[in-house]
Amino acid sequence: MIHNATASPAKWRLKRPSIIPGFGLTLGFSLAYLSIIILIPVAGLLWRTAGLGWSGFFAVLTDRRTLDALYISFGTAFVAALVNVVFGTVVAWVLTRYNFPGRRLIDAIVDLPFALPTAVAGIALAALYAPNGWVGSLFMPFRIAFTPLGIVVALVFIGLPFVVRTVQPVMEELDREVEEAAATLGANRFQTISKVILPGLTPAILTGFALAFARGVGEYGSVIFIAGNIPYVSEIAPLLIVIRLEEFNYAGATAIATIMLIISFVMLFIINLIQAWNRRRYGNV
Amino acid sequence: MEVTINNIRKEFDRFPALNDVSLKIASGELIALLGPSGSGKTTLLRLIAGLDFPTSGKIFFGDQDASHHSVQERNVGFVFQHYALFRHMTVAENIGFGLKVRPAASRPPKTEIRRRVSELLDMVQLSGLEKRYPNQLSGGQRQRVALARAMAIEPRILLLDEPFGALDAKVRKELRRWLREFHDRTGHTTVFVTHDQEEALELADRVVVMSQGKIEQVGSADDVYDRPGSPFVFSFIGESSQLPVEVRDGTMLFQGQPIGIAEAGDGAGELFFRPEDVTLVDAPDALFGKVTACRRLAGTRIAEIDIANDGHAPYHVEVEVPLHAPIELGSETRFRPTRWKVFRK
Repeated sequence: MIHNATASPAKWRLKRPSIIPGFGLTLGFSLAYLSIIILIPVAGLLWRTAGLGWSGFFAVLTDRRTLDALYISFGTAFVAALVNVVFGTVVAWVLTRYNFPGRRLIDAIVDLPFALPTAVAGIALAALYAPNGWVGSLFMPFRIAFTPLGIVVALVFIGLPFVVRTVQPVMEELDREVEEAAATLGANRFQTISKVILPGLTPAILTGFALAFARGVGEYGSVIFIAGNIPYVSEIAPLLIVIRLEEFNYAGATAIATIMLIISFVMLFIINLIQAWNRRRYGNV
Repeated sequence: MEVTINNIRKEFDRFPALNDVSLKIASGELIALLGPSGSGKTTLLRLIAGLDFPTSGKIFFGDQDASHHSVQERNVGFVFQHYALFRHMTVAENIGFGLKVRPAASRPPKTEIRRRVSELLDMVQLSGLEKRYPNQLSGGQRQRVALARAMAIEPRILLLDEPFGALDAKVRKELRRWLREFHDRTGHTTVFVTHDQEEALELADRVVVMSQGKIEQVGSADDVYDRPGSPFVFSFIGESSQLPVEVRDGTMLFQGQPIGIAEAGDGAGELFFRPEDVTLVDAPDALFGKVTACRRLAGTRIAEIDIANDGHAPYHVEVEVPLHAPIELGSETRFRPTRWKVFRK
């Protein structure tokens, strides 16, 4: 093995020599900012939860009502994110691929869930999907509002722009030549979409899914109006936290929050791992 | 596969990109479509492939009218300028794609696909790279993967759009030679688009020179260089100078003065000649001008000469002179073309 004569033994250094100045300043700012906004509140949460002790924490965790609330929160968020992946991708496709009158208007409408107060969305959706509402009455006797299905409807509304806005720019950069290449090789339209276009969009779709899912898990305002909030049936975990707070059971509230935090973190971490693996394979996608 | 193009016209938003183009490509021929950008060469290639459809006119593959066949039905191999490889697939998956998407009835079994892929990899000299992804390959390697992928479907005709456009000079040269050998070995009818005349002249059996949506001339490298059929071809291919002349009583006049060369057919025209087809003379009836610059070009020297034009901007011509010729900057030089062509107005 050849050694470089001048190489000093590998030394750990915080900063590599770089021509871009300001590393210390920006890193310091980032750390301070993240601490104030995220890390300190999260630490407080964990500290409060720790007050319960293992047995107390375990009791909250295994409580039927907690488990059902968590199941509903994560379950509905998951289903809503899946729905958004399918239809959000279709919306992004329509917006990038076709030029039609009103395209810009639809493009703007997609962002509406970002801007609308979530409570307004929840009340509007509840009115529409209630058994006596315009849409809800069509489905009677099958009920949408005041069931977990109603929660999914609200979360689909809230999560749509996350998928559209992550997939759209990637779709816009897709190379037309690649599709033409697939066609010259004999692939029909369906094969071109399923084997060439969609695999190229997977990382963006996955990111959109993660964002919509994370947003759905934490959503409170719109859901509580349409969910019906029946314990064990349509009560979401964030609502249960609020209920515990109103009972002055702070430790119980923070325990549920901690569990949500851990589950969310693990899921997002796994999605990030998949993304990193994707990037390693295809280069900078 | 013989390809016949009959009176093709193609309009984009009423703007004609191709105007009444006809061309016959013989089976096994290697043809270059050469022209400046905007000349319609890529449009013509895409029409042959079926990636675009003509506004009017017909395209025949053999005796079969393919004008309305979809790109899938035409079974052509198309190599894109920027390769258009599928970057989420390995090299082997890219090459096998065309076989894998065939309908079940005509799809070869998996082992057969694998065998064909490794055969093609051998042919493009990329064996051992089948597991790589396109972004792990160099430009030249990607180009060859694109070619192997196009060849995998056993195309009736191979079409290449600026195949070497995105490569550096050395790789370009290598691939050019390699493509020629590849063509001679496989005998595929091949059409490639280029704006590089050196590439077209060196590689192709016949060169199709295009300009402004029309075919200017079709011929071998010798034809288009030595016997250009139009002023455009003369000035586009190789170096040339041009001067307005008049022919009267069998002699050529420039600015009303005889310049010592004979030409039949009276009338005004445009005289074209190449720098190497010029001889220095010491006679009164010749072209003359001031030497403004001298460039050494390998074994010869190129003199740039300005011919005075009665108060207007001088005519600028380039002539090749022997290395030891007594040429000085600013001196007056007399010369005559030895080979030339006059295009009548």
